[in-house]
Amino acid sequence: MERKYISQDSLKTWLSKLNDEGKHIYAPVAKGDKTDFKHIKSVGEISMEHIQTTQSAKAIAFPRTEKLFSYTKNKGDVSLQDYDSSVIPETVVFGLHPCDAAGFRPLSNIFNWGTPDTPFNERMKRTTLIALSCSQCDEACFCTSVNGSPGNTEGSDILLTKIKDGYLVEVVTDKGKELVSKYENLFDAAPEVNKEEFLANVPQKFGLEELQQRISNMFESEVWKQQSARCLGCGACAFVCPTCACFDIQEDNKGSKGSRLRCWDSCGFSLFTVHTSGHNPREVQSQRWRQRLLHKFSYMPERLSVRGCTGCGRCSRACPVDMNIAEHLSSISKLENVEK
Amino acid sequence: MTEKNIYLPYLMTVEKITQEAPGVKTLRLKFKDEEDEKNFSFKAGQFAEYSAFGEGECTFCIASSPTRKGYVECTFREAGRVTSALAKLEEGDTMGFRGPYGNTFPIDEWKGKNLLFIAGGIALPPMRCVIWNALDTRENFKDISILYGAKSVADLVYKHELKEWDEMPDVKLVTTVDPGGETPDWKGEVGFVPSVLEKMNPSPENTIAIVCGPPVMIKFTFPVLEKLGFKSENIYTTLENRMKCGVGKCGRCNVGNKYVCKDGPVFSKVELESLPAEY
Amino acid sequence: MAELNSKVKELFEKDLIDIFIGYEEGTRNPRPYFAYSAQDADNLVFNDKCQGNLAVYLTRKDLVGGKRVGISASYFALKSISQLFDENQLKEDLLIVLGMKEDGSILEFKGLDEIRTYLSEAKAPSKQKDDELLKELSEMSQAERWQFWSDELSKCFKCYACRAACPMCYCTKCIIEVNRPQWIQPWISTQGNMEWQINRVMHMAGRCSDCGSCGAACPIGIPIHLLTHMMTKTVAANFGESNEQGNVLSTFKPDDKENFIL
Repeated sequence: MERKYISQDSLKTWLSKLNDEGKHIYAPVAKGDKTDFKHIKSVGEISMEHIQTTQSAKAIAFPRTEKLFSYTKNKGDVSLQDYDSSVIPETVVFGLHPCDAAGFRPLSNIFNWGTPDTPFNERMKRTTLIALSCSQCDEACFCTSVNGSPGNTEGSDILLTKIKDGYLVEVVTDKGKELVSKYENLFDAAPEVNKEEFLANVPQKFGLEELQQRISNMFESEVWKQQSARCLGCGACAFVCPTCACFDIQEDNKGSKGSRLRCWDSCGFSLFTVHTSGHNPREVQSQRWRQRLLHKFSYMPERLSVRGCTGCGRCSRACPVDMNIAEHLSSISKLENVEK
Repeated sequence: MTEKNIYLPYLMTVEKITQEAPGVKTLRLKFKDEEDEKNFSFKAGQFAEYSAFGEGECTFCIASSPTRKGYVECTFREAGRVTSALAKLEEGDTMGFRGPYGNTFPIDEWKGKNLLFIAGGIALPPMRCVIWNALDTRENFKDISILYGAKSVADLVYKHELKEWDEMPDVKLVTTVDPGGETPDWKGEVGFVPSVLEKMNPSPENTIAIVCGPPVMIKFTFPVLEKLGFKSENIYTTLENRMKCGVGKCGRCNVGNKYVCKDGPVFSKVELESLPAEY
Repeated sequence: MAELNSKVKELFEKDLIDIFIGYEEGTRNPRPYFAYSAQDADNLVFNDKCQGNLAVYLTRKDLVGGKRVGISASYFALKSISQLFDENQLKEDLLIVLGMKEDGSILEFKGLDEIRTYLSEAKAPSKQKDDELLKELSEMSQAERWQFWSDELSKCFKCYACRAACPMCYCTKCIIEVNRPQWIQPWISTQGNMEWQINRVMHMAGRCSDCGSCGAACPIGIPIHLLTHMMTKTVAANFGESNEQGNVLSTFKPDDKENFIL
């Protein structure tokens, strides 16, 4: 991995040049007490002060609403207009944290399980991730409990780490290299620094091994009922999550024309699994909460070789009733009487 | 674009519409594009997503047999927004079709065995596919028996085919309707599927039982099969769970870590016993 | 607070309730908590950091179905409880309500009538901040106001936390989930988001306690509680404070004004 250095000013210049090239730059922008990724027009809009954006960066590749294809009806006949990838802009996501960058792998494994998902892949192809290590964290962060770290390069194309007046630049992938090599003169040689010294200290909340040993063998446990009692059954946790990918398919039809849309959905909603007959395999919230945790920590590792959680803590921050996921996982990891 | 858009359906022409029972129709679909038809193949047990453009998609098993080339059929009950729209289509109209998806009945492994089909209500269609598959390759199997029950005589689907099967010398067909569902000239059984099965008393010897029906029928049929001596590994069923994508991504249909759309819809009773009751 | 703990303890010890709905200490602020025993009662807290409207749990059948329930209720939760009674969603003999006054004292209500009497006399907690925001909005031109709500609601991702946090949103199938016909676009788009919020607020007319839990629950921080707050004011100005005569948009009287019909 190539290491370089970029000064604060050069970083701004670099991003401005990428913007001038016509790349769409998504970066954290603060409004009130919330910060979120926005398509920026100028570098000045970027906020670097936040601990975590409210939403993850997943919408870059998995938009809230995506047109899968369109159709035109003519009496009984129908013609189709396929998904149009030519309108997807070259995109740079700047300032996402390592937990967000790491979230694109579970997403990719879901969308490419068995069959490749064109819209997701076409968007990823055109996206470069310039991530930023975390120099601070809050009580919801738990990346270090799920094999992540505030300076983890996994998933990023480039990882910046703030060191004093500038940034250590780790160029992780060829995509990242491309963005750097074009503006080589803005970068200097990397100084001799210990990156770890500049990273937040994210305390470990639970032992992953202890959790994994228990969670796959406790489908019938009473714990799900206890933990989910206060859960309101909204979709906030799923929608802010960098790895939640459940979706619905809807029809946007006007007269003789229409589109089939993919839109975000959540396993927490009561009607998510309801059959046409009215039968619902997940009738109560405890079953839906169980699905959420088992999907992330049991089914995905078992079927897709990747965990569905990167420890970003967004679900805990977004929850109106403080369903603190790290606290729940931690209590599961300490359960006794679960067959290991 | 480098890869095929998995959400883009094939365009199909509705070639033939059969009214099977009140609110139940069979549509025979033909590929609009000959190339699509040539490249298409499926096996018994698989399902597909059917589009009514303007309303959406819904999921049913393919009801025709892979041995009958040139078309696919689906049979459905008018229940929601999409099925109501599909029911309004006329012969010659265009609809969408995505598939085939999911696993298949292990029909090749059943060679040389007796087959016992047990179906209830609107669950005969997924089984009709494998019944015709077996009948069209009749030499591969020993005895073939079919037990089919519906609420009432009017609710029996595939009436013409039931007659055809009844007339076949090498098929044993038993039809039944729920008490109160019979007509004066009804010659079949009256009673629920599990009790009629018990009366039929089929031998478990070298026999595969394939069971499709509403959850309550399955719940009471399995114990009867067990009592008759059927081993779990010789009992098969298909599961239905709500689906949107059909290809393991939308996150709805899983039962524990098994996805009905990828690992199913066909499950042996052995597999079912290892799954949580999330269906 | 000790008063609350000992009161609830007593309710359990006298075997008057099976579950008590209150708050416990949470990560940053207190969070909803369910006590099932006298021992659990020690974990209960109530202070000005308690958010949300606990009445939302009174219609959760998997939680309280068939149980004798106690609840610590803020002024707004009391209003919601009264409204839920009006809508036949609660059984009086299964519910014991402890009213939590802003000064921390506890009101023991003997039945629904006492709650109604209290509500008719009590002063609603001040909503100064919300009133200021509403004033700012009302001083905008219509175009500016439209822009404000378009910007805000373009951020909505339809997680329905607003609906989930609302005691009055107890329908098992919400209008947004009805698809024959599909009244509202269920996917995320500025127009569909607006349709959703407008419908939500209309369904609250005359029923809303004005607790603001919808806005507090919004993970994106959209001030949607201003919509219900404004609606509450509008209803009160035109139809008077709520009473037992029914809800504004679901009650019809022969002498209703018909001057809106052209």
